[in-house]
Amino acid sequence: MTDLTKLTLAEARDKLRAGDVTSVELTETFLKAIDEADALNAFVHKTPEIALERAKAADARIAQGDAPDMCGLPIGIKDLFCTKGVASQAASGILEGFTPEYESTVSQKLEDSGAVMLGKLNMDEFAMGSSNETSVYGNAINPWRRGNDDAALTPGGSSGGSAAAVAADLCLAATGTDTGGSIRQPAAFTGITGIKPTYGRCSRWGVVAFASSLDQAGPMTKDVRDAAIMLEAICGHDEKDSTSVDLPVPNFEAMLTGDIRGKKIGIPKEYRMDGMPAEIEKLWSEGTEMLKAAGAEIVDISLPHTKYALPAYYVIAPAEASSNLARYDGVRYGHRATLAAGDGITEMYEKTRAEGFGHEVQRRVMVGTYVLSAGFYDAYYNRARRVRTLIKQDFENVFAQGIDAILTPATPSAAFGLGEMTDADPIQMYLNDVFTVTVNLAGLPGISVPTGVDSQGLPLGLQLIGRPWEEGDLLNTAYALEQAAGFVAKPGKWW
Amino acid sequence: MSIDESTAAKVAKLARIKVEEDALPALAQEFNAVLGFIEQLNEVDVDGVEPMVSVTPMRLKRRVDVVTDGDQQEKILSNAPDAREGFFAVPKVVE
Repeated sequence: MTDLTKLTLAEARDKLRAGDVTSVELTETFLKAIDEADALNAFVHKTPEIALERAKAADARIAQGDAPDMCGLPIGIKDLFCTKGVASQAASGILEGFTPEYESTVSQKLEDSGAVMLGKLNMDEFAMGSSNETSVYGNAINPWRRGNDDAALTPGGSSGGSAAAVAADLCLAATGTDTGGSIRQPAAFTGITGIKPTYGRCSRWGVVAFASSLDQAGPMTKDVRDAAIMLEAICGHDEKDSTSVDLPVPNFEAMLTGDIRGKKIGIPKEYRMDGMPAEIEKLWSEGTEMLKAAGAEIVDISLPHTKYALPAYYVIAPAEASSNLARYDGVRYGHRATLAAGDGITEMYEKTRAEGFGHEVQRRVMVGTYVLSAGFYDAYYNRARRVRTLIKQDFENVFAQGIDAILTPATPSAAFGLGEMTDADPIQMYLNDVFTVTVNLAGLPGISVPTGVDSQGLPLGLQLIGRPWEEGDLLNTAYALEQAAGFVAKPGKWW
Repeated sequence: MSIDESTAAKVAKLARIKVEEDALPALAQEFNAVLGFIEQLNEVDVDGVEPMVSVTPMRLKRRVDVVTDGDQQEKILSNAPDAREGFFAVPKVVE
């Protein structure tokens, strides 16, 4: 009998439609796999009752015919998405006990399409981190290990639980969010596919806000076809998010022909960083050769302001976070500190936020407060916004030259060990996003595709960056890369 | 620009996060590491460049100015740490 957990979304969809399996059978199989995988700490709130109820409804809908693609497919939801009646904490102590009275648009769309929610997934607190080590639930663990070494590795972050769960076959796919690389970096660290769509493609409504001008939701899946299927289900205009775009949603899966003949692929010289590991360099040039062999034209390009993307991001993202996180005041929801006699409302705010926010979140809120404070607003915040304009112009210039997509490494290294960065200064951790953060600043779609393994057997990914709103074309290029790379490695089950 | 302990204390106050006195030196040092990294932005010539307002050039949608939501007092208060008689309750604000 086939191991149902190993199926892709597309395979499971086809089996459901053919009547080879029921959604209830699929769901029960995954619920068991999840219960056996507590060592990975990927699922932090399990929702078996909701899952089985939705699976039964999905089976009825499939029996009637005309069920949407996602109908009956078991998935995980990142804890950043508000889910009605189910704990939604953004992995923060300050939202302990919070159960939303509403459903995020993205998770609502999945529910409407018949998808089965298995539970909520671990992440960095408020999506601030690149290793899932800032979570109030503790670390999520990468199912991959270095050869026979049993040291625990990070699944990346912030969508670390989503990445670990998909890589370990605990769900068919998961939602992620990406503010500076939080879908693409964990996807690369766990050998899965993750796409951040164009800013505005997916509604942000009901997604706990980190940096509103950068945040986008997206799918984390086993392959490119699945990314296309799930992306179509979650994107589209939403009047509850004024930045969501009113454009038709194409059938992305139908655009996967694998034919990229004549496409112009840009290779940006600024992404060749000093001290880049030889394995990453090799992965990148092999990927370039694969696209060339598939008939694409390779063009050397320049994105001159790349170097300034991370510093600009570390002004803009904390600034927006300090504003967004001002709402956690101990009054309306979540945690409130126990007050001493005589404490007033200011003490309540200060104690509540000191107890409820973890260290990294506190640091970013305070950095944001500083760069927005009187006297520094122009020097830091406005300057960073000007640099952001230049970064976006870099991309506009190469697209105007006819470039269809840009190929870069997804991360500067393979997954690192949990705790390895503890004593490093925060900048070392921030460098994880060096190849991904430009894409958020420019609002572009970007996808991470696994294309190889390093000498220790850990997965490595390449990133493709596309033109705004052309996710279909981007997915097709990613599909061609995936076909050529033929990445099939899976982590050995030790949990 | 280097941040000293009193600036760190001021920022913590503005952010409404209680930071104990003995944690201020380490906090100031962390701020300096991050700000040192950000300083690179000074190398960029931004003369005549507009600060980005919206990454996607689009006009915000308009709608008729009517009430579309409301009457959800119970739901809104359901997650409050302290709610009484239909209101959020907070420590005394006015003496």
